Amino acid sequence: MAEYIHASGGPLFHIGRYILMVKRCFVKPERAAMYWKETLRQMANIGVGSVMIIILISFFIGAVSTVQFAYNLSQSMVPMYYVGYVVKESMILELAPTISCLILAGKVGSNLSSELGTMRLTEQIDALEIMGVNTISYLIGPKIAAAITMIPLLVVVSALTGIWGGMLAGDLTGYVSGVDYTQGILMNFVAKNIYIMLTKAAVFGFILTSISCYQGFYAYGSSIEIGKASTRAVVLSSIMVLIADFVLAWMLLN
Amino acid sequence: MIEVKDVHKSFGSQHVLKGVSSLFEAGKNNLIIGKSGSGKTVLLKCIVGLLNPTEGHVLFDGKDYVAMNIEQKNEIRRELGMLFQGGALFDSLTVEENVRFPLDMFTKMAMSDKKDRVNEVLKRVNLVNANAKYPSQLSGGMQKRTGIARAIVMNPKYLFCDEPNSGLDPQTSIVIDELIMEITEEYKITTITNTHDMNSVITNGDKIIFLHEGNKHWEGDKISLFESDNKELIDFIFASEFLKEARDARHKKLLSNLSK
Repeated sequence: MAEYIHASGGPLFHIGRYILMVKRCFVKPERAAMYWKETLRQMANIGVGSVMIIILISFFIGAVSTVQFAYNLSQSMVPMYYVGYVVKESMILELAPTISCLILAGKVGSNLSSELGTMRLTEQIDALEIMGVNTISYLIGPKIAAAITMIPLLVVVSALTGIWGGMLAGDLTGYVSGVDYTQGILMNFVAKNIYIMLTKAAVFGFILTSISCYQGFYAYGSSIEIGKASTRAVVLSSIMVLIADFVLAWMLLN
Repeated sequence: MIEVKDVHKSFGSQHVLKGVSSLFEAGKNNLIIGKSGSGKTVLLKCIVGLLNPTEGHVLFDGKDYVAMNIEQKNEIRRELGMLFQGGALFDSLTVEENVRFPLDMFTKMAMSDKKDRVNEVLKRVNLVNANAKYPSQLSGGMQKRTGIARAIVMNPKYLFCDEPNSGLDPQTSIVIDELIMEITEEYKITTITNTHDMNSVITNGDKIIFLHEGNKHWEGDKISLFESDNKELIDFIFASEFLKEARDARHKKLLSNLSK
């Protein structure tokens, strides 16, 4: 394994190695209970550990969206309750899944990458391999499973907080009354949009976790390399999330 | 018993191991010594399977480890323990959880039995009342002892130690050396230690192989070590000023013996 780490190659080499890594995440575990325990630990780390930042950011995204839409609509003939409708739709379809996952790419992605990179640097991954543990499956599989489970939940929290933040901001600034805003929220509810939001969240969760784990797992050298791997993890997963956002929007809305 | 046969290892154009062969017997402390960059760590990594040799074979009790697939290798790996240079303890786990990890992963023992076994090995390495501590709360010597406890908790047939004394004071180094020696004899383990610490060589060297620039330059035990005429080995052993004086004294003694 160590020699693969020292091997360097072009994009095709990394894509190939990334695919092999993902494939090896889903092999039969040595002991399911240990994997489950690790998955729960990662669920707490990724999910519970990110709730506050997601709430904070989503609240203000919702609030700012309301104020800006209300400002634009105030100079038109469109009824103000449309503010609630527009904020709800944009939070569900785009802002909650995409902005949350971009934030998580920074927070969770750098965390996962540096955790695995440090484990590599301090020979903890070698120690697991020597014991006969399938390191990719044990270290990366639970992280991906935890992300796919927890990130959609975080995105739901984000959407609800954003919509609520918008209502509060509309009320406090006097742009939209709570009654109008609620009328907008209840208007033209499309269940498919929830499905699109959850699909996006799960796909983005997979992308940001697997790319970050790849960068950390194959990091080598010194602590400077760990830092570089973390940066690469955040940048690459953010770009891939945005590309996937476009592809999913195109596929799911057609 | 572990046998390495004509092991070569290259990284691109850099030829690190140039055909090393040796036999490491059970119940003995086998040492790989040599200067930094001589290929000791690469040889150890080739033996445990963290690196694949470019050419050659590594036999564990006659079974060719290099030719095995990952599942077969994992079967062998469950019979080996390794003490890493920096301890390689899992940061998120306590001492007890670190030592218990292989039992949790590979056995179906009851928790009480696992705890008993963990306490037994921790006692064996003289590490008591540290079960609840995290690796960051341990001294270097305690981390090494935890590493040894984790390495022996599954009753391995083979024990590998990579620079067990690095970063330790001389007194703690002696304690670790003695512990490795006692455990090897007590459990009849095949131990291979990679070191450049001369105290370890003198204490633990049942069998020693000396590597120089990727070649095996000398093989023997701690008694024959000082009688060797191999120039590189003598330069390695008598590297310090104090030992140089001892070497000169040895030469004078040899010359006086010859003149008699």
